[in-house]
Amino acid sequence: MKNLKWFVLAAVCILFAVSWFAKASGGDGVDNSVLDAFLVTLAAFLTLAIMSFLYQDNPYYKFAEHLFVGVSAAYWMCLGFWSTVVGNLFPRISEGLSNFFLVPYQPGPLNFFFAIPIILGILLLMRLSPKGGWLSRWPLAFIVGTTAGLNFVRYLRSDFVKQISSTFVPLVVDWQGFGHFFSNISLTAGGPLVMMLTNLVIFIGVFCGIVYFFFSKEHTGVFGKASRVGIWILMITFGASFGYTVMGRISLLVGRLTFLFTDWLGIIG
Amino acid sequence: MRREVPLIITILVGTVLIISVFIPPLESLGESFTLFFDIIAVFAFFLGGGNLVRVHVLKLAKKKRDWPFSIVTLVGFGVMLAAGLFKIGNPGDIAASVTAEGSLFNMIYRNVFVPLGSTMYALLAFFVASASYRAFRAKNREATILLVAAFIILLGSTPFGAWLTIWMPESMSILEIPNLAVWIMSSPNMAGQRAIMIGIGLGVVSMSLRLILGIERSYLGEDGA
Repeated sequence: MKNLKWFVLAAVCILFAVSWFAKASGGDGVDNSVLDAFLVTLAAFLTLAIMSFLYQDNPYYKFAEHLFVGVSAAYWMCLGFWSTVVGNLFPRISEGLSNFFLVPYQPGPLNFFFAIPIILGILLLMRLSPKGGWLSRWPLAFIVGTTAGLNFVRYLRSDFVKQISSTFVPLVVDWQGFGHFFSNISLTAGGPLVMMLTNLVIFIGVFCGIVYFFFSKEHTGVFGKASRVGIWILMITFGASFGYTVMGRISLLVGRLTFLFTDWLGIIG
Repeated sequence: MRREVPLIITILVGTVLIISVFIPPLESLGESFTLFFDIIAVFAFFLGGGNLVRVHVLKLAKKKRDWPFSIVTLVGFGVMLAAGLFKIGNPGDIAASVTAEGSLFNMIYRNVFVPLGSTMYALLAFFVASASYRAFRAKNREATILLVAAFIILLGSTPFGAWLTIWMPESMSILEIPNLAVWIMSSPNMAGQRAIMIGIGLGVVSMSLRLILGIERSYLGEDGA
């Protein structure tokens, strides 16, 4: 069994080398530099390593998974450093650092306040220390307070007031009298009847959906019926969200397969 | 000291941010606090990176299960960090973007980070399909509605769905599967999403109030309650 593992590893290494050589020598009809050939081969092998999990958990998947964890942690650290620390903090606290990083210095009378996030940030790093870990609660409290303060207003505006006001839509659209309406009645997409139906479903759907989430009253009688309609609306929502998510994932899969068959193997296109 | 100071910070910051909305001269305070938040978040990234190194170095030192893979994590982390912080191979000077074309950072991003990330997400398509096969049995009315909605959305995004109902007359074009999928997304789906969003909005507002008033203290840890 142990020999088999080494045999598979050797086969993977040989395949990698062959693929690299074939790409570099223009075997697929495209002139690649040695570096480009290596990078395309690496990306293809990492893609296949992740896909190998469909068979079962294996060392190649673990390799790719661990690599992803390390690379992504460093990626976000670097982006945060260059965009926030260099882009927003250094120009406000130090002319020397601004000149060193070639970013425009932004002097201001209240810039000394920017010492606060630096101190809080350093305190956050104290979490790694066994004795001073409790100090990390201070920046955490700042983060919690900022999130609470900002979200209080933001959600009240965008998720509550705005959503309710958007629900009160005219139930009669493009009305030109009964005669005109009944003589032109059709299920054309974008037609008046469909638009009216759309607005009606939105209004009743939101109302019944909220009724379903209201647990302070027993769901019986008319209230229960409205709640039942709310469940149906929510089921359509979950179904649509599910379908949309699956399509998103499938398109990602198609993207990866296109990469494998076009950029790596050169079979398509 | 361990409980009071964090509580005061939360109450003060939260209250100031809410008040700043109603007093225009204080509006810039909200922007500054958001910037402070972003700066602390970068330190949180550093904390995450430091913790990652600590965990994997400990795993290596104690030779725990799968320890050789910790070397992969540490090497990947180190190389990407060095490439990003020192802008190795960047075509411009230090002022050039860290993600500039041709840099080592961009090279690793395009050939390691993107393939790994998108394949991981693509893999979910298989797991979602297998989970839905078990979950999506039209056992009752609600499950059937969910199944039909999902099926129409899936079918509506494919050429096959359009082909199936291409014979529909113009006067019934809403029943064409792609149009029906669009209608489901923009009408009943929106209604459901809106009901959920209103619920979430109320939940976030009440949780924010609990935090600002010091009623919710779970973020302080066990001895903070």
